[in-house]
Amino acid sequence: MSKEKFDYFINGEKGKYEVVIGLEVHAQVLSNSKLFSGSSTKFGADPNRQVSLIDSAFPGMLPVINEECVKQAVRTGLGLNAKINNYSVFDRKNYFYADLPQGYQISQYKNPIVGEGKVLLDMPYGSKEIGIERLHLEQDAGKSIHDMDPSSTYVDLNRSGIALMEIVSKPHLRSPDEVNAYIKKLRTIMRYLGTCDGNMQEGSLRADVNVSVRKVGDKNFGTRCEIKNVNSIKFMQMAIEYEANRQVELLEDGKKIDQETRLFDTKKNETRSMRSKEDAHDYRYFPDPDLLPLKLEQKLIDDLKKSLPELPDNKKERFIQEYGLNSYEANVLVSEKEISDYYEEVAKLSDKKLAATWMMGDLFAMLNDKGLNISNSPISAKNFAELVQSIKSGEISGRIAKEVFEIMVESGDNPKKIIESKGMKQQSDPKELEKMINEILSKNKDKVNQYKAGKEKLFGFFVGQVMKLSGGKANPQLTNEILKKLLKG
Amino acid sequence: MNNITNQSLSEILESIKSKKISSLELTQAYIKNIENAKKLNAFVTTTFDQALENAKKFDNKPNNEQLLSGIPLAVKDLFCTENVKTTAGSNILNNFVPSYESTVTKNLWNNGAFLLGKLNCDEFAMGSSNETSFFGNVINPIGDHLVPGGSSGGSSSALAADLTPATIGTDTGGSIRQPASFTGTVGLKPTYGLCSRWGIVAFASSLDQAGPMTKTVNDCSIMLEAMSSFDEKDSTSINKKKESYSKNLKDNIKGLKIGIPKEYRVDNMPKEIDELWEKGKKILKDLGAQLIDISLPHTKYALPTYYIVAPAEASSNLARYDGVRYGYRSQKGKDLIEMYENTRSEGFGDEVKRRILIGTYVLSSGYYDAYYLKAQKVRQLIKKDFDDSFTKVDAILTPSTPSSAFKIGEKTNDPVSMYLNDIFTVPVNLAGLPALSLPAGLDKQGYPLGLQLIGKALDEQKILNIGYAFEKNCGYKNEIKKWWS
Repeated sequence: MSKEKFDYFINGEKGKYEVVIGLEVHAQVLSNSKLFSGSSTKFGADPNRQVSLIDSAFPGMLPVINEECVKQAVRTGLGLNAKINNYSVFDRKNYFYADLPQGYQISQYKNPIVGEGKVLLDMPYGSKEIGIERLHLEQDAGKSIHDMDPSSTYVDLNRSGIALMEIVSKPHLRSPDEVNAYIKKLRTIMRYLGTCDGNMQEGSLRADVNVSVRKVGDKNFGTRCEIKNVNSIKFMQMAIEYEANRQVELLEDGKKIDQETRLFDTKKNETRSMRSKEDAHDYRYFPDPDLLPLKLEQKLIDDLKKSLPELPDNKKERFIQEYGLNSYEANVLVSEKEISDYYEEVAKLSDKKLAATWMMGDLFAMLNDKGLNISNSPISAKNFAELVQSIKSGEISGRIAKEVFEIMVESGDNPKKIIESKGMKQQSDPKELEKMINEILSKNKDKVNQYKAGKEKLFGFFVGQVMKLSGGKANPQLTNEILKKLLKG
Repeated sequence: MNNITNQSLSEILESIKSKKISSLELTQAYIKNIENAKKLNAFVTTTFDQALENAKKFDNKPNNEQLLSGIPLAVKDLFCTENVKTTAGSNILNNFVPSYESTVTKNLWNNGAFLLGKLNCDEFAMGSSNETSFFGNVINPIGDHLVPGGSSGGSSSALAADLTPATIGTDTGGSIRQPASFTGTVGLKPTYGLCSRWGIVAFASSLDQAGPMTKTVNDCSIMLEAMSSFDEKDSTSINKKKESYSKNLKDNIKGLKIGIPKEYRVDNMPKEIDELWEKGKKILKDLGAQLIDISLPHTKYALPTYYIVAPAEASSNLARYDGVRYGYRSQKGKDLIEMYENTRSEGFGDEVKRRILIGTYVLSSGYYDAYYLKAQKVRQLIKKDFDDSFTKVDAILTPSTPSSAFKIGEKTNDPVSMYLNDIFTVPVNLAGLPALSLPAGLDKQGYPLGLQLIGKALDEQKILNIGYAFEKNCGYKNEIKKWWS
């Protein structure tokens, strides 16, 4: 595979700058109940219907850790090839806000549940490793709704207390494309693990983006700005693009960059200062005295490790080895667990390589057109495999296969049934073909003579006639062979 | 019959079980006492109708198999009680009616008791004299000018004045033992985690512990047995088998080793406290216990450590009282921040504000290491002092307080001298240990004084046994003239 070169730089008059990016991703843990209470976590309920006395911080209420959320964090940590800490501590992060009932968020500060790990990205210029600094568990806040009433703010506490994993990357990302690949890879890993649904529209995955710039070759990092709470990859990329250019302009003008927290305005496509370092909250972190330190037995970690599903990086390697796919194909086919499952089902029943080609071509194009995903594909894996096999065995040609495919999409029918009922089967009987070809040659004696006299271009004309006569069903390869043989004679 | 209310809980239980008195008669007797004792200001809320109904219900279908069969009880207003206003002595919760029952009170009701009313206390249990309550100060039945101690001052006053046969308090730095000592009653702070904190308005989570306040040690063991339990809803609750403290109560303490810590002989301690301590030692020695001098070298750091840790936790625990979801909300202010400021300015009293400020300060960045972190380290050393001593002794004997009950208003303008009142009780909370305060004598003014027995973690039975033996041989009797009625 030809490798492109990394080329995301910003050219200023005083030099060429590279962009340094680190992400703090907030991923909502997939669990039935909240991190410290039994309330449901289901999305889309009426406001304040999934709120316990604990979530709304009534006097005397105490948090009790949800073990499933702990396991999900450990699974995610293992999926990120990270160190799982047997000892971690829940801290209180203190600040006042109307949608924060306790007046503090329970989070993990000095002792997170997961330590350093790494994520592998496949970029056009090769694979790149992004370091993970840590992963910790914390509570989500409620939601303040400012636009329901002109003079009041409404608060919905359904989200209050839902478990989040904050996944902090090292400042290893260098371009909006890498951010895109990183977020997608994180999402893929967590979906494989079943630890986060990665649904950005529902807010299950959001990120704070840290951006700084420095001249190419500089060893030291520049001053960073943090862009808070961006909830789509596109907006992250736009925000980085804007922010990096803003910082370069400041430097080019000989100005300094202030370390600050900024907001991304999606309408104006710009970042705006939210608060400077001096105004930063003093969160007065301290260990939550209502909760004991979280001690994980090594056996629990080992058991979770054993029960992990095959993860995308391993699956990709296996697809290359087992199915003879190239790296690109394997990458695409492992990008979603459901896609890889579909592919494996198809590959079990048909030609592995041809299945990959047809999936990534016609199947994906059709799903894309119809706005569907693989789990609600109108063509079942079994039917798709039969189609691939029909092509491979020569029963139908590629051209006919496209027609069969269309009918399968509309009807959901089995390809064999379609081929038979519509008589679309390829003519591969040499005797029949010879008969047909002889008929055509005898009707077109003048052209045969011209061909023999050297006008070889006419070969295509004969093929065309065969196809016409056979209704497109003549096996093209056999047709070619027989034609050549008979024209020589 | 007439004097039923000045009997001990165990005597009253006998009368109920033998049908000498009905639960209704008993309840009516207490209601009468309470109505005659309004001057003491011990109650924030009374639940007479509910109590009478429960008493009748019991009498109709008496179940005498329970620990607290047919017993009306008033409890500190820090315990959340279902459908009964729970104020924590604060304006900010003046209108708060919980929809839930604290685990500890639920345990009492499950053992046959029922609620008589909610007892006054220092605001959010922050105080040593019950003078910080939004509902006014409580008066000690010992004398109309005396504080009942705090923060469970309503509890100690009501108990000593025969307004409840027994009661419960909470103890964060001495809030059960000091008021018990000031009123000549028995108070136990159990091992941290023995009684669930679920449903108790929090002051300082790592120190708060509910416990019984009673007239006798036997009563104390009955109440402890009834109120303690493992509770999955409290992550710091200890998972252990329930003990039958009252059944196992023994007065033979021969051969037990009692530690006498030299660091508890503080400067300027009144001579009579020293004499009381000597008296206590002699009683235990005469009972066959062995006295052993021990050292708890970090004791002198306990009070400053406590006044960092407790306010730090309180500053965070009290953040939820913001006027948004329940409780008092100021009508002044044009935005969220002003609403918070006005609500909390008007809702909290001075002592609570003082501790929130101290707590916020010691947790702020730049000060955390110097104060909070250091205090946590010292706390470990204090705990280690006790651990080391308990390899040599079975229990430790100290005075409960450095003085008898002081005058109302005497220390209100001097918070440090007020805080010093907790000097003997605070180390126990920092170490998470059980400690029992026993009435042991009177000072020269005739005010009660208490001695404290400190035990190993979960060794409640042993200190109750020692207390039981001590009580029988001490000859202390609370003689209170009912001047208020």
